[in-house]
Amino acid sequence: MNEPTIVSFLCNWCSYEGADKAGGARLNYPANIRIVRVMCSGRVDPELVIQALKEGASGVLILGCHPGDCHYKKGNYKALRRAYLLKKTLKQLGIEEERVRLDWVAAGEGERFAEIANEMAETMKNLGPLELS
Amino acid sequence: MAKPKVAFYWNASCGGCEEAVIDLNEDILKVVEAVDIVFWPVALDFKKKDVEAMGDGEIAVSFINGAIRTEEQEEMVKLLRKKSGLIVAFGSCSHLGGIPGLANFWDRETIFTRVYKTVPSTANPNGIVPQQKTNVPEGELTLPEFYDTVKTLDQTIDVDYYLPGCAPPPDLIMNAVTAILEGKLPEKGAVLAPEKSLCDTCPRGEKKPEKLSIKEIKRPYEIIPDPEKCFLEEGIICLGPVTRSGCGERCINANMPCRGCFGPTKEVIDQGAKGLSAIASILGVEDEEKMTEEDTKKLIDQIVDPAGLFYMYSLPSSLLKRKRMA
Repeated sequence: MNEPTIVSFLCNWCSYEGADKAGGARLNYPANIRIVRVMCSGRVDPELVIQALKEGASGVLILGCHPGDCHYKKGNYKALRRAYLLKKTLKQLGIEEERVRLDWVAAGEGERFAEIANEMAETMKNLGPLELS
Repeated sequence: MAKPKVAFYWNASCGGCEEAVIDLNEDILKVVEAVDIVFWPVALDFKKKDVEAMGDGEIAVSFINGAIRTEEQEEMVKLLRKKSGLIVAFGSCSHLGGIPGLANFWDRETIFTRVYKTVPSTANPNGIVPQQKTNVPEGELTLPEFYDTVKTLDQTIDVDYYLPGCAPPPDLIMNAVTAILEGKLPEKGAVLAPEKSLCDTCPRGEKKPEKLSIKEIKRPYEIIPDPEKCFLEEGIICLGPVTRSGCGERCINANMPCRGCFGPTKEVIDQGAKGLSAIASILGVEDEEKMTEEDTKKLIDQIVDPAGLFYMYSLPSSLLKRKRMA
């Protein structure tokens, strides 16, 4: 069976480390989470998210440092606003808000990463593929 | 020597682009002196058969405005493509989809239902909607197909150049005509307008504060903006940061914010996504660490129609092109 692809943008400083921790601890998380390491969640341009959906991803996960913990001080606040506004916009364009999820994962939170990844995969499975013309 | 032949055509548009040609004023005399206008439905009585009778590539350049919404429009632009050396997408609608492109929030069925059945001012007790084929005693009547999705010109035919704007300003039209006549055109596919963003050339740019932060979003009808201040400083969303310059700042000078009719600059793929990114980044930025997630959402919720706002002119040319219908 074709598992839905989830493109995941993980910030270098917290969330990518968190995913690494999950791997190191041999926690299970779905293989269809495709990780793209970015320097900061604030770097994730809405254009990248839409392009991922356009090119076949069922959902996009953006993970950054917890508020207040951003390596660049305020990048994740921008990510929060962009993701929220993008989700509103996508909803108007007929794309379910759940297909884009922004969350926070700290460097030590391997378990939290695995949990979010599993939840996201489950949500995508329920929503089904995003068939864009 | 025979003068080069020029055609103008319109598709899903408002007629403003035709006005833009007239707005050349006296300069139009220079144009007609240099070229022969062989087809221009709004002004001259040439027919489709006259175009069909021409040789392939016989028309030097066709300026085509309007988005592609019907089968007839598609047929006409394909014919003009065949008969023309150059095709210039003229104006926002043929370049990006424009205002008619906002119809991509719906499809044929939802549009027909609304327009022919549920609009309060419509009386249509028999629920008649346009059909492509209708049989009457005299025979079969046909209408061109009305497509579900509005397309840009370059999603329908190969386009050589783009003249942006709603409508393109006279100076850019004259520059384009001159460049064509002198054979001094840039590389194929170029937008015949400056590469800078509108903020770069905005007359209010000098007074723009170093750091912009929007605490409260205002819609243009809610306040009378200070004619000197940056719109964003006053909380009015302006798409200057993500829109190509060259319009002559007509809206800004009329004390109205930019809505993006010139499309994005060269580097941008999706003007709407870039627009929402730029605006989201400055919303409440001053106090961003102090704002709770709820405060942030409340501020953003003041943008009532983000898709309609950020994609006002560019929905058909955007990555998603249209709304995904359930």
